[in-house]
Amino acid sequence: MIEKALKGNTIYWGWLALLLALIALGAACYIRQFNFGMGLTGMGRDLSWGLYISQFTFLVGVAAGGLMLVLPFYIHDYKVFGRLTILGEFLAISAIVMCLMFVMADIGQPIRGLNMILHPTPNSMLFWDMVVLLGYLTLNVICGWVILTAEKKEIKPPKWVYFFVYVSIPFAVSIHTVTAMLYCGLPSRHFWLSAITAPRFLASAFAAGPALILIFCVIMKKLAHFDAGKEAVNKLITIIMYAAIINAFFVCMEFFVGFYSNVPGHLHSLEYLFFGLEHDGHTYNNLVPVMWTSVVMCFAGLAVFSYMKLAKVQTDTLVVLGCTLTFLSLFLDKGLGFVLGGLVVNPLNEVTEYYPTLNEILVSVGIWATGFLLVTLLYKIAVAVEHEVEA
Amino acid sequence: MYNKGLIVPGLVVFVIIATFPFWYNGLSAGPVPKPELPPGGEKQCVAPAEVMRSEHMSMLNEWRDEVLRDGHRVAVVADGKEYRKGLQTACMSCHTNKEKFCDSCHNYTAVQPYCWDCHLTPANIVAKKEKP
Amino acid sequence: MDNNRRSFLKIAGITALAGIGAPVAAHLSSSPAAASAEAHGAPQEGHEAARESGKRDGVRLGMVIDMRKFYGHPEMLDKVIAACDKAHNIPHIGNKKSEIKWIWKAPYANAFPDQSVAHSSKTIAENDFLVLCNHCDQPPCVRVCPTKATFVLEENGIVAMDYHRCIGCRFCMMACPYGARSFNWEDPRPYISEYNPDFPTRMRGVVEKCTFCEERLALGQQPACVEAVKDCGAIVFGDLNNPESQICQVLAKENTIQRSPAYGTKPSVFYIV
Repeated sequence: MIEKALKGNTIYWGWLALLLALIALGAACYIRQFNFGMGLTGMGRDLSWGLYISQFTFLVGVAAGGLMLVLPFYIHDYKVFGRLTILGEFLAISAIVMCLMFVMADIGQPIRGLNMILHPTPNSMLFWDMVVLLGYLTLNVICGWVILTAEKKEIKPPKWVYFFVYVSIPFAVSIHTVTAMLYCGLPSRHFWLSAITAPRFLASAFAAGPALILIFCVIMKKLAHFDAGKEAVNKLITIIMYAAIINAFFVCMEFFVGFYSNVPGHLHSLEYLFFGLEHDGHTYNNLVPVMWTSVVMCFAGLAVFSYMKLAKVQTDTLVVLGCTLTFLSLFLDKGLGFVLGGLVVNPLNEVTEYYPTLNEILVSVGIWATGFLLVTLLYKIAVAVEHEVEA
Repeated sequence: MYNKGLIVPGLVVFVIIATFPFWYNGLSAGPVPKPELPPGGEKQCVAPAEVMRSEHMSMLNEWRDEVLRDGHRVAVVADGKEYRKGLQTACMSCHTNKEKFCDSCHNYTAVQPYCWDCHLTPANIVAKKEKP
Repeated sequence: MDNNRRSFLKIAGITALAGIGAPVAAHLSSSPAAASAEAHGAPQEGHEAARESGKRDGVRLGMVIDMRKFYGHPEMLDKVIAACDKAHNIPHIGNKKSEIKWIWKAPYANAFPDQSVAHSSKTIAENDFLVLCNHCDQPPCVRVCPTKATFVLEENGIVAMDYHRCIGCRFCMMACPYGARSFNWEDPRPYISEYNPDFPTRMRGVVEKCTFCEERLALGQQPACVEAVKDCGAIVFGDLNNPESQICQVLAKENTIQRSPAYGTKPSVFYIV
């Protein structure tokens, strides 16, 4: 089936060329970082996790988001999502590959990465995160490929593959739960030390993942004549709305706990993120515009979706608008605010602000480009198989 | 076999490229290195020369784990002489010249151990004293 | 042909999985490799009583810093720090972002953030306090390390580091409630003015911290910081589990505090303030 990724028009090849150029740029920047050390990033002694790990966290959510397509189709036999589940599985593969790349970019001795397997440590949540991420990646590769092959041959998928499909459902939940456990089990990181971290991660994941898939659906409708179907889109929008609202509710609960209890640990991170933190005569507020943008985008996205529901209209422009607003809002909230907000006050009550360096940003761009390249190739194959079967 | 016309020449090209280092060097591995004996004239080591030649890397790994992880920093005694387990504290106290001892074989066999990313050679220490 | 390829791929796949899985299974089932995990929580027979009181049995090294002897003598703090820096080849990088610190000085409000008071005495307000790794009885850094690069030494309770094992994920820095850990953001060697020939440097990409001078203890010496101020005995070092030791006698006599005890880490460094 791979040969289907080798046929395409100028737009397709141009897009791949652009992505490859960005990957090359990112690789060059990574080589700089590899040779000099992590000092080329904006991270430092007091704020030692930054852009890489925060995007890793966000992308684990994107990978888990595919569950919102797989679960209704396989558990509830919701046939409308039939054409979309493969997209959820292929997005999960690409997102996890990006996650693993972000982790590798973030560790100081990447060539010793295998120590995680050679010296397995069950008391470390990072060990379990590796286990569930690799497991979920494998499951999606198996399920996606086998089911697509069966579709191509116009036969039913073999029975054994359903075992892996059903196992992948708890795995999707586990990847984001364990990723939340990286954060929520650390003493002295008050902002993260919250039992709602994992539920909040899952809620935002179930909005961000499907939103990205809907954006891809519209693009593929324009460029590749792939139609997800009106009812599927409508149902996904409902799912995204619920997930985004639940996420916003969880964030509001964090606000209540921080501001009503008035305990500095929890309060300071929220103050820093949304209002600016006063400390020793300085105001630290570099993320305030980012976080308010996120809030506005979240409500704007919900407003667009509500309008579509109430007025019973569904246009591609509105779908893309609503999904983009929701996706970006969640990216800013979880992909930046959560990690950086939790680290702004160090254990010695000193405040450090974080600004990523250009090198670090370009490495991240390279990793995103790799993910998009993978998603493009996999979706190209999936759509080509669909067309072949239809024809 | 399908595509014989492509596969066989492909395999031939691959074998030629893969064996390039051998025939490029005329099937000779070059002169065998002679690592410098301790400049201070010490004749005794923690183990016989043949053992050291083949096993020093695993011995260093064992010492590393014993010293750092198990807390067994006890000295190694060989023929009445005591050595403190460690590359810097035992080996390099006699083999003071890394370039003429360690590197001579490591370069020949094209291995690049990362020992000296952290551990200091006598030359490192002297250089730092001269140029702080 | 197709069937052969399929069975070959099956065998190859199973072999690869077994190859990856075998070391994991072997390590998880063999006790020495899981030692640091077991040392921390997993039940061990005969250790029940010790665990319940939250104490490790056997030797547990600790430190009492008598801050009264440092008040008004900032040069003594610097002497302690310099002794440690020299003994361990610690670089002076000169910017806050990348600095490496094993033992350093901080105002009371930073050293004891949850015990600072609104109207502190002049002494407390004007003097800096020594801070270092607390060699906790329940160290969060050891709990989170994915490779056992940081672990508790069984025979003395020191929270040790294996720089050869560390992959530089910095999870331990996230977990430490005392900010005691530093990461090598770049090659430290250019920033070291003089080498201690008895000790290595570190390489970029690994985490480091105070080790209670494990290497000096093995030679029968006191930690470098203790020795630097031994004239006035400002730092007492010894076994917290031995009631006869000097440190236990000091602890029995004086009022001491620990840094952030509320995190349940059970620090081994005590302060007389």
